[in-house]
Amino acid sequence: MSSVLLELNDLRVSYGKVEAVRGIHLRLEEGQIITVIGANGAGKTTLLSAAAGLLPSGGRASYRGQDLLRMTVEDRVEQGFCLVPEQRALFGDMPVIDNLLLGAFVRRRDKAFVRKSLDSVFEQFPRLAERQTQLAQTLSGGERQMLAIGRALMAQPRLLLLDEPSLGLAPTIVRDVLMRVRALRDQGVSILLVEQNARAALDVADYAYVMDTGEFVLEGPASGMAADPRVVATYLGGGVE
Amino acid sequence: MSLDIILILLVDGLSTGAIYLLAGLGFVLVFSVTRVIFIPSGDIAAFAALTLAAFQGRTVPGSIWLVAAMAGLACLAECSTLLRNGATRRIPRALLLYGVLPLIPCGIGLAIARQDVPEVLRILTTMALILPMGVLIDRLMLRPLAASSTLILFIVAIAAHYLIAGIGLIAFGPEGVRTTPILDGIISLSDSVVIPAQQLLMMIVALLLSLVFYLFFGRSMTGKALRATASNRVGARLVGIRPERAATMAYLIASGLAAIVGILIAPVTTMYYDSGFMIGLKASVGAIIGGMASYPITAIGSVFVGVLESWASFLASDYKEIIIFSAVIPVLIWRSFSVHRDGDEEIEEFA
Repeated sequence: MSSVLLELNDLRVSYGKVEAVRGIHLRLEEGQIITVIGANGAGKTTLLSAAAGLLPSGGRASYRGQDLLRMTVEDRVEQGFCLVPEQRALFGDMPVIDNLLLGAFVRRRDKAFVRKSLDSVFEQFPRLAERQTQLAQTLSGGERQMLAIGRALMAQPRLLLLDEPSLGLAPTIVRDVLMRVRALRDQGVSILLVEQNARAALDVADYAYVMDTGEFVLEGPASGMAADPRVVATYLGGGVE
Repeated sequence: MSLDIILILLVDGLSTGAIYLLAGLGFVLVFSVTRVIFIPSGDIAAFAALTLAAFQGRTVPGSIWLVAAMAGLACLAECSTLLRNGATRRIPRALLLYGVLPLIPCGIGLAIARQDVPEVLRILTTMALILPMGVLIDRLMLRPLAASSTLILFIVAIAAHYLIAGIGLIAFGPEGVRTTPILDGIISLSDSVVIPAQQLLMMIVALLLSLVFYLFFGRSMTGKALRATASNRVGARLVGIRPERAATMAYLIASGLAAIVGILIAPVTTMYYDSGFMIGLKASVGAIIGGMASYPITAIGSVFVGVLESWASFLASDYKEIIIFSAVIPVLIWRSFSVHRDGDEEIEEFA
């Protein structure tokens, strides 16, 4: 029996008086890949930003038994809880290598740790090693995504929140990125994946939630979800016959 | 115009430019990290000059009481925030940062004020006393509004300047001061052209500090963290860089630069409690040329402003200020055409 890493209970996020996300119950066990799928504007990014602490939220949330809502973004990062946001949020005017080194900012004093992380990131993304001295803003879309994930991996997180890693990428690269996501899980990183590309997400995930207008409307094991007619009709693009 | 005059004006302009360069780097640093145009940095420079002058005159400088009072208020503000957020375990660190550390130079200042001590000790104590000022101003006036728009931060920075200059009048009185030069003597370039050693010192210090800046931002992790915060605030938070700590570091460095500016110019310019504003305003011209973002262009811009000022005061002294500030207009027009917005949208932060 693996232990619960992240648990959201009745999580709510409001923009002013408008509740953008409400009544979210989510449970993520150590070593799991969980995906949240849904249409554009369903509130997936808002949910992830709130989970990472970038947006204030109500309800209850715990991470490794601690009260998540009392932790700042930076506290969460220190505890191995890292978000790769949709906009990547890279340091565009800095070289790839500095972006990566800053990824290990919370462990910067442990030189051996940083060295080891860097080697491991370069091993997983050899392209980043080739482009070390290039400025982040000059990278291609796929390379930026690699850098964003690589930067988050530098801190050797326990839980990685990935927001639309496939956004703006060519279909072949999408598969490549999601294969890497699965490889990360095999290394012991738990993953909460938000995707519009539902088919690709359900391929790699263990468990899935479907989000619509700020709420979870469906949940279940990812394999079953891919066969669920409601999901197929709405999110996987197969019409009702 | 003879070669001698050109040389004299050039040396004069370069040494003034050196001062604007130091102040300009502080502007760019604070703005890029916090989005605050830190107008009170000029006042901090003036307070450094007045503090050193007080030590030289064997009196207790008003800045000691000012820093002590600000430290007390900052401790109260920080502790009440921490208590409200339930982060009581951070209180000792807050008391150390906002209370103990600023009070140490206050104590040293009180101890040496009426004593016959080496000049270098007076300068170091002045530096140490001025260093926390930016951090304390940030904590008391700017941090509570850190998430506001740039315009609101700008207005608050102006208000902070007037408040601080007003307190400066109470703390230091209305008299102007000049300090004794750090370096005496002159260096002859030709029979008729001499450079006062103090002016040479300004240029050397500016050059050295530019080099230190370059190394700090290019090599050290702290420097890179500051650049990262300037480059993408959300990204910086997501790797665990706390914006308020980055801001504290930026204000500390900017105060240090302002202190050096004040100490360097006090022997060549009579300084009053409100002299800092004009220095800051002129230095901001250099920073605007650098787009409030580029250190090298700010450095070049600041030196340009210094040289322009010395030529303007020689050729058309009545119009000196008009000429300097007019230099901003073509820069702004050019920037309005060349600057493009970064595509990265930041997630709104309410906290």
